[in-house]
Amino acid sequence: MAKHETPMLDQLESGPWPSFVSDIKQEIAHRKANPNNVELQIPAEVPEDILGVLELSFKHGRTHWKHGGIVGVFGYGGGVIGRYCDQPEMFPGVAHFHTIRVNQPAGKFYSTEFLRKLCDLWEFRGSGITNMHGSTGDIVFLGTHTKQLEEIFFELTHNLNQDLGGSGSNLRTPSDCIGQARCEYACYDTQALCHALTNEYQDELHRPAFPYKFKFKFDGCPNCCVASIARADMSFVGTWRDDIKIDQEAVKAYIGGEIAPNAGAHSGRDWGPFDIQKEVIGLCPTGCMWMEGDKLMIDNRECTRCMHCINVMPRALRIGDDRGLSILVGAKAPILDGAQMGSLLVPFIKAEDPYDEIKEVIEKVWDWWMEEGKNRERLGELIKRQGFQRLLEMTEIEPTPQHVKEPRSNPYIFWKEEEVEGGWQRDVNKFREDHKR
Amino acid sequence: MAFISSGYDPNEPMKNRITDIGPRHYEDFYPPVIAKNKGKWLYHEILEPGVLVHVAESGDEVYTVRVGGARLMSVTHIREICDIADKYCGGHVRWTTRNNIEFMVDSKDKVAPLKADLASRKFDGGSFKFPIGGTGAGITNIVHTQGWIHCHTPATDASGPVKACMDELFADFQSMRMPAQVRVSLACCLNMCGAVHCSDIAILGYHRKPPMLDHEYLDKMCEIPLAIAACPTAAIKPAKVEINGQKLNTVSINNSRCMFCGNCYTMCPALPLADKEGDGIVIMAGGKVSNRISAPKFSKVVVAFLPNEPPRWPSTTDTIKKIVEAYAAGANKYERLGEWAERIGWERFFERCDLPFTHHLIDDFRDPAYFTWRQTTQFKF
Ligand code: HEM
Ligand code: HEM
Ligand code: HEM
Ligand code: HEM
Ligand code: SF4
Ligand code: SF4
Ligand code: SF4
Ligand code: SF4
Repeated sequence: MAKHETPMLDQLESGPWPSFVSDIKQEIAHRKANPNNVELQIPAEVPEDILGVLELSFKHGRTHWKHGGIVGVFGYGGGVIGRYCDQPEMFPGVAHFHTIRVNQPAGKFYSTEFLRKLCDLWEFRGSGITNMHGSTGDIVFLGTHTKQLEEIFFELTHNLNQDLGGSGSNLRTPSDCIGQARCEYACYDTQALCHALTNEYQDELHRPAFPYKFKFKFDGCPNCCVASIARADMSFVGTWRDDIKIDQEAVKAYIGGEIAPNAGAHSGRDWGPFDIQKEVIGLCPTGCMWMEGDKLMIDNRECTRCMHCINVMPRALRIGDDRGLSILVGAKAPILDGAQMGSLLVPFIKAEDPYDEIKEVIEKVWDWWMEEGKNRERLGELIKRQGFQRLLEMTEIEPTPQHVKEPRSNPYIFWKEEEVEGGWQRDVNKFREDHKR
Repeated sequence: MAFISSGYDPNEPMKNRITDIGPRHYEDFYPPVIAKNKGKWLYHEILEPGVLVHVAESGDEVYTVRVGGARLMSVTHIREICDIADKYCGGHVRWTTRNNIEFMVDSKDKVAPLKADLASRKFDGGSFKFPIGGTGAGITNIVHTQGWIHCHTPATDASGPVKACMDELFADFQSMRMPAQVRVSLACCLNMCGAVHCSDIAILGYHRKPPMLDHEYLDKMCEIPLAIAACPTAAIKPAKVEINGQKLNTVSINNSRCMFCGNCYTMCPALPLADKEGDGIVIMAGGKVSNRISAPKFSKVVVAFLPNEPPRWPSTTDTIKKIVEAYAAGANKYERLGEWAERIGWERFFERCDLPFTHHLIDDFRDPAYFTWRQTTQFKF
């Protein structure tokens, strides 16, 4: 007999897509049976109370969680999200029910040995319910009692060699695309850079000292699989600056229909025979490709590395060899003055261990933002408020046409006095010698 | 249920404390074929929906079977994933950014038994545990936020609407008939923890009623200056009220300036704004993050409000189906939803998707609004 009736949630057990309701129910059954005789440190019925609260929200059309309170582990300002239920008598198991953000490994590969240890810990000291993963990237342990927080942190660090992720006004847990681990488009090692910067900036990650949150995300190429350009204060997007490598034999094979275009991504419909003119050359945004006989030609100087042709013909076209990344800054969600995409700050930088040049850019940006940013002002908003020119000045980066989509269409230039010949100090009486009052 | 200490001593928190060690090193977790061929992959191919092969310079191959999953996941389920990974994949597994799970094997003959096993597993309630799909020009898993399962500001649930939508879109998770990939995201409030502002289709929870004022408790529960400072539109002012002859410090809200963001509620629990009729869903469309062909784009609001309809949110799923079908019928090969809408024109988009255009869809929020009006005589009748 279920502790709470959940008729609406039960509805979500039907249908083909994996049902989180069925999954939580199997955890309920598991905790009740407790086959391994685990000395559960929070009540066995916690997952039942989770379903109960959620059912009540389905009925009321409103959440039953209250925020915060200051909970966390000693010495850290992030990694734990405090949460209390607003119906503690009905759902005592989740009366206080805080989440823990566990910093995921770069690339999100796991050994089952490690995953099982995480599961054992979370069954023993928590609800047994997780998010794999939260949208920032962390493994989220969804709900435990206040008293268990330090215990879990102690076990994570001592037994699993594993630290917490970020929350609050600090560096949030960085995350990356699969990159070179399994993707032929990757222009740098996203896992290596993600891991290196995560470890370099542990203090910034755990101890809030920023005006607001700050995110790094790492995409190996302009396809942007982790959406860095839309959702990171600093986006690191792989690119190259020499020529796309062409295998003319493979081009012929695509034209001849021997290889499916776009790695077979369109096989669910008959789109007709592959037409390189229409599907590749005609869609190239810069018009920098053409055929000479049966040879595909690219004017690489004009290519903007949009990835389209490479995506369509991965066996014929490969990224260049002079590889690195572009850094874009200031992406943020709409709150408040509208959403911002990242704006290009560093067109090209090499991504080579120990990444000193990259760290230099990061630290200059932080110095400026920590000095000038208002409370809860994201980097993108500061750039808007003080201007992109100011950002270039503070990061000591030379302005280039690559920084803009187009030059300004107003002439309202804030000239600085030192830029104007002779300065601004003038003698009005001298002026009046030529211009009568 | 006796308390068992981990070794942590609350009286001496610094004793033996380990901090700032960061995440585990990724190299601890690579399957051998990945470790060996990293950075030396030549090309890949999607053999069928959900199954990829990557071929390395060495001639090595890695076959990946991708399956969908709810990101809300129990340890029992994770252990089952581990059992499968132990049996077929040498004890390795990975998650994708979009909450899918990838099982990798190093030769083709290992694919069929793995697939058969994955496809055969079902929850007691009948749904698949590990549906294979989520590749290429199809509709992959939805990235989403917490919703009613754990957050305090949501205007809709997350896991519920996601399950309802993926049930409706299931055939397209397992096929590749779309003109290009379709990325669907959900954020349960306008803070948008999730990345919804740049998705082909975004489902966004939105409140429509300003906060209520719990005058009697406000000064006790909140730092009034913090609540005032939290409001992005400066709608909140300090105020005094008299209740039962007692003069109380509180705030007043200029309701016409409220954009329903809930920031004040985050600072001050005496300003609740959730409401059954007020809260619901905004549908946005046409965004993308890839730089392919055209620049990344924001999603646009195409339906201003749909009610919350637990447990299956039929108005939301119907609307999404309509958009998906119109796009599948009208777009050119490789064309993303937003590129299609821009090519045919947004006036045609509403016609093709059979969606009404209302005044709510015209931007009136600050400077960027102007750039969304039509400053040309070119339009379609
Ligand atoms: C006033 C603004 C905001 C408030 C009050 C707020 C509040 C919260 C809260 C309470 C959570 C925890 C939910 C939970 O696990 O229980 C959360 C999660 C999160 N927030 Fe925010 N947030 C705000 C703005 C943002 C912004 C602007 C972003 C991104 C640009 C963001 C990104 C996230 C992410 C990624 C998560 C994790 C969500 C998940 O994985 O479920 N938040 N936020
Ligand atoms: C900073 C900004 C600008 C200034 C100071 C400015 C000034 C002027 C002036 C003085 C004229 C001539 C008026 C006359 O006939 O006596 C003019 C004409 C015009 N301006 Fe501007 N303008 C500015 C920006 C723009 C912009 C941004 C546009 C369009 C996007 C624009 C479009 C025009 C047009 C169409 C004419 C009429 C040209 C013609 O028919 O000969 N202007 N502007
Ligand atoms: C693209 C740049 C500009 C164009 C095309 C432009 C054009 C004009 C024109 C056509 C007039 C009217 C002249 C007349 O009545 O005969 C005018 C007047 C004026 N412009 Fe500009 N202008 C430009 C930039 C500026 C700038 C940068 C400033 C100030 C920083 C400026 C300040 C003025 C002022 C103050 C007047 C009024 C002068 C008066 O009343 O006699 N203009 N401008
Ligand atoms: C279609 C609409 C939207 C899409 C597709 C979208 C997408 C995203 C994505 C992918 C992220 C990255 C999340 C992460 O770090 O894991 C993100 C972050 C964020 N979004 Fe959106 N978003 C949308 C709309 C909005 C809106 C309307 C707001 C606010 C009113 C918003 C506010 C934010 C904020 C504040 C963050 C940063 C979270 C953080 O820094 O932790 N987004 N968005
Ligand atoms: S962003 Fe580029 S390199 Fe990274 S996984 Fe996607 S396609 Fe590959
Ligand atoms: S990468 Fe894009 S811009 Fe460059 S040649 Fe290919 S299609 Fe053209
Ligand atoms: S989107 Fe809003 S409601 Fe949803 S988890 Fe994030 S802060 Fe909470
Ligand atoms: S909900 Fe947002 S806009 Fe409305 S009063 Fe509160 S802080 Fe201000």
